[in-house]
Amino acid sequence: MNETSTPPISLEALRAGDRQEFARLVDVYSPLIYRLALKMVGDEQDAEDVLQNTFLQAFRHLNEFEGRSHLSTWLYRIAANEALMLLRKRRPETSLTDSLPEEEPLEEPAEFTDWCCLPEEELLSAEGRARLDESIRLLPETLRVVFLLRDIEGLSIQETSQALGLSETAVKTRLLRARLKLRDLLSAYYSERLTIKDESHD
Amino acid sequence: MTDQEHIQCRELLGSLSDYIDGTLGEQLCREIERHMSECHNCRVVVDTLRKTIHLYHQTAGPADLPNSVRERLFRTLHLDEFIR
Repeated sequence: MNETSTPPISLEALRAGDRQEFARLVDVYSPLIYRLALKMVGDEQDAEDVLQNTFLQAFRHLNEFEGRSHLSTWLYRIAANEALMLLRKRRPETSLTDSLPEEEPLEEPAEFTDWCCLPEEELLSAEGRARLDESIRLLPETLRVVFLLRDIEGLSIQETSQALGLSETAVKTRLLRARLKLRDLLSAYYSERLTIKDESHD
Repeated sequence: MTDQEHIQCRELLGSLSDYIDGTLGEQLCREIERHMSECHNCRVVVDTLRKTIHLYHQTAGPADLPNSVRERLFRTLHLDEFIR
């Protein structure tokens, strides 16, 4: 996280109601929160709602922040909750306790083509990048949020567990499931690219 | 190697994240590597899983907030005077 180029945010100033410091907090963290929100909910307008609600909540509850985690982890926690609430409003039939991923047997890999040899410009072509994003959206939201915090936002396992109020074991299990699922989804796509490439060489 | 010593594909699966993140104990790492040298499918799974994570790290890049979104955020938070 890029917190080193500017002086650290002063919690004391924030608590004292320093508006300039709050504006600085918003500028430092809003791009990160917006990225998380966008990848969680997949829609710009909804992501903006999540972003605004996150900082409104942060502003209201600043005095409850005890400093036991990083400010960024606390903000991610609020944002993750906001995003999950929004997704559940979209599909009210799912409940918070529906299918805890760590209780289901681990799905075994189904794709065994080695596509690692594809050149990076092919793997990360515009179409490839679109497929990477689309695959994230295909993850169940309970796995998606763990993957985004850990592998996109770069939080540690401990920070991810603090942000989501989950045990570290649950975070690790969900992360593994998310990564394996993404590998399967991408393998299906890249294997196809590999076949097309091979055929064009024949 | 006896059957008991031979780490099974399924057991390996549960340790893959830790293995790729470099947080798995040395002993288990060695067992995984030994297994991979004999099991083509597991080797492909590990390599493509590592590549999958690498690709996502590559695409993460610096986060960006469109100016219009920033401006509306500052207005919502009554921080209008700090909009540059």
